[in-house]
Amino acid sequence: MYRYDEFDEAFVRERVAQFRDQVARRLDGSLAEDEFRPLRLKNGLYLQLHAYMLRVAIPYGTLRAAQLRQLARIAEEYDRGYGHITTRQNIQFNWPKLKDVPDILGLLADVEMHAIQTSGNCIRNVTADHFAGVAADEIEDPRPLAELIRQWSSAHPEFSYLPRKFKIAVTGAAEDRAAVRVHDIGIRIVRHPASGEVGYEILVGGGLGRTPMIAKVVREFLPKGDLLAYLEALMRVYNLEGRRDNKYKARVKILVHEIGIEEFRARVEAEFARLDGPSINADPAEQARIAAYFAAPAYENLLPESGTFEAARAANPDFAAFVEANTFPHRVPGYAALTISLKPIGGAPGDITADQMRVVADLAERYSFDEARATHIQNLVLPHVRKADLFAVWKALVAADLATANAGLITDIIACPGLDYCALATARSIPIAQAISTRFADPVRQREIGPLPIKISGCINACGHHHVGAIGILGLEKSGKESYQITLGGDPGEKAALGDILGPGLSADEVPDAIERIVARYLDTRESGESFSDAVRRLGPAAFKSALAKEVHDAA
Amino acid sequence: MPPETAITLVTREGLKPDRFRRDLETSAPRLVPLDTLENALASNGEIGVEIANTVKAEALLPHFDRLALIAIAFPAYGDGRGYSLAKQLRALGFTGTLRAVGPLIADQFHYALACGFDEIELPAANAARQPEPQWQAALAQRSLSYQRGYDQPGNILERRRARRGEG
Amino acid sequence: MAAPKLPPLPVILLANDLLEGEVVFRTRAGWTRDPRAALVVHDTEGAERLDTEAKAAMARNEVVDAYLVDVALDADGLPVPRHFRERFKISGPSNRPDLGKQAEYAVPGKR
Repeated sequence: MYRYDEFDEAFVRERVAQFRDQVARRLDGSLAEDEFRPLRLKNGLYLQLHAYMLRVAIPYGTLRAAQLRQLARIAEEYDRGYGHITTRQNIQFNWPKLKDVPDILGLLADVEMHAIQTSGNCIRNVTADHFAGVAADEIEDPRPLAELIRQWSSAHPEFSYLPRKFKIAVTGAAEDRAAVRVHDIGIRIVRHPASGEVGYEILVGGGLGRTPMIAKVVREFLPKGDLLAYLEALMRVYNLEGRRDNKYKARVKILVHEIGIEEFRARVEAEFARLDGPSINADPAEQARIAAYFAAPAYENLLPESGTFEAARAANPDFAAFVEANTFPHRVPGYAALTISLKPIGGAPGDITADQMRVVADLAERYSFDEARATHIQNLVLPHVRKADLFAVWKALVAADLATANAGLITDIIACPGLDYCALATARSIPIAQAISTRFADPVRQREIGPLPIKISGCINACGHHHVGAIGILGLEKSGKESYQITLGGDPGEKAALGDILGPGLSADEVPDAIERIVARYLDTRESGESFSDAVRRLGPAAFKSALAKEVHDAA
Repeated sequence: MPPETAITLVTREGLKPDRFRRDLETSAPRLVPLDTLENALASNGEIGVEIANTVKAEALLPHFDRLALIAIAFPAYGDGRGYSLAKQLRALGFTGTLRAVGPLIADQFHYALACGFDEIELPAANAARQPEPQWQAALAQRSLSYQRGYDQPGNILERRRARRGEG
Repeated sequence: MAAPKLPPLPVILLANDLLEGEVVFRTRAGWTRDPRAALVVHDTEGAERLDTEAKAAMARNEVVDAYLVDVALDADGLPVPRHFRERFKISGPSNRPDLGKQAEYAVPGKR
């Protein structure tokens, strides 16, 4: 894992002191609220419905035990004893006081964390595949790249007042677990088809929100050493040309859409050609310095299978079900990556208590080389667990109410905070997730249905990624009531697709029945071994329309 | 010194009176809009040009050696186009004075200087609300930066390089 | 200057406390955290005064996001926002009855 050197440390400390001063200037009237708002947003501080909310970055999702324990402490001392893992590998505290935030930022700095650029019209927290360094289908660990971008984008003089927010995701694997095609920039580590050299494919103009779009390739192969200069060129084109007349048209996806990817590419390449690359790019020694922090941990030489593990699995069906749903193959024999679901049946997706954070911290320290991950699916991961230790880890998770065996299944629902917390929301998300989760609680039935990612947003801004849910649910206001629109066929991965709207809006009460009918239609029509998403792709969303008919009729 | 209508500029060295005047009938250095630049350049005396942040940097390239000042408008403090335009002008070789004109805040001082600006012309109300010491304090709060190719002290990558002995 | 566009009457004034973020309500005397103690205004002049007070209180750095909310009166004569957004805002997260105002007060309109 990356560790701050004295410069990183001093940089973050300066930002804490700066924010303390900004708060003081807000209170003495030097800064008007309109001037202060963007400054607090650039330190992750929102004003939500009931209180302020602080969004803390977990860069590329990677956490150490000490960091988790500090988050637990902050949750208890300054918040209400819990945090919320977001869809962009951040953690949110829902109840901080403005006057306490400088102190909270200081506590974060103590463990090499910050809330820098988790909001605002700037380059946001860089996200990465949560199985980085673990997955067998990976060309290279994307986290050194993400860390390099994190540093380059932090308080960037030129790109801190962009037309709109800017999100970057990176992956080094064939399977896209980072949703790179629905980010402003997606970066894939690829091999040059001719030379075999490792470099980057750059995608641009993806995004969800009001106008969802799938990213397009702007550069098929970028040599590693050119990365920062190329990003600088791309960001400059966006900063100068991106629309500022309408905030709903200000994301880079709109610019790419309006001028076309060929023209956008030409402008970026022209700017890139004019830049003095060596004065901008990180030199090889700096790249190597960062990469060294992400060297593989000291894995043991283990047999691929563990007798203890197999025996425990055979003897304990609950453990077996947990292993089946929540483990991911590790590239190193004898190890597994383990998903800790933050989706208990009937719970609020992504919420984790301070006590649970400490349990995960202990487990990470003892069983996973002091490393945990936060995922954009709002779960946690222990990335390197010996198979022989899985049973012990599971027992500890059971005791902490963290052993829900549902990763990737129908109750592993993404949901934004919605109108229960968010000032922008038009409807609630959490109770919808809770109702669906409760309806499909039966683990046997969940396994029979198989992978079925449901994603719920409480407004058109789409923090809950509903456009790319196999089933997406969007909460809106209709005639003074909450109303929910169902979409089908979305996919955030390498076959990226936006869901189709299935019909008129439903009331909150009608949603679980509607999901039930869609699932029943799938179970009736699926071919052997066919996943929900594959069935929707084969049959088309229209084939599921009639499943909704009854609810629509009742709602009318 | 010009009369009391003079504008005050914030610079790295502190406040500075404006040598340039926007009125046409002046013997002082003149600051003119882009559409009258050709005429102004035909006369003698120091000339500066005031441009919108949508002007292409290349459009000014032919005049660089005659221009003492380029003033870029910031219509709102959240409109960051001026930073990129300044970078481009510097990259194209402009060595005269670069001025940011608009309601910037002290916390942006560091960014403006790093992108190549020399001075900031504030609306009077903003200048009154955020007195000069705040600008110097805001600058002092930012002694370190990660970006290379920007005019800023305390570049972290250069310091790391120096520590490696490649200084 | 054109008169500010006001919501339908009656109205209350709510805001978030600048330093703490908590939702507060205007009374005759100042601000209260108790949704039952909000001043209910029934006439246009009173609503305009409240709107002026909202801007003044923001300028005084007491509160942020201050705005008028149209309400109905419950059986006890207490104000219940007509829109569900503000009903959540004066109550708390619906999935966490232990948090927010609902944990502390008998919030009007909350069953």
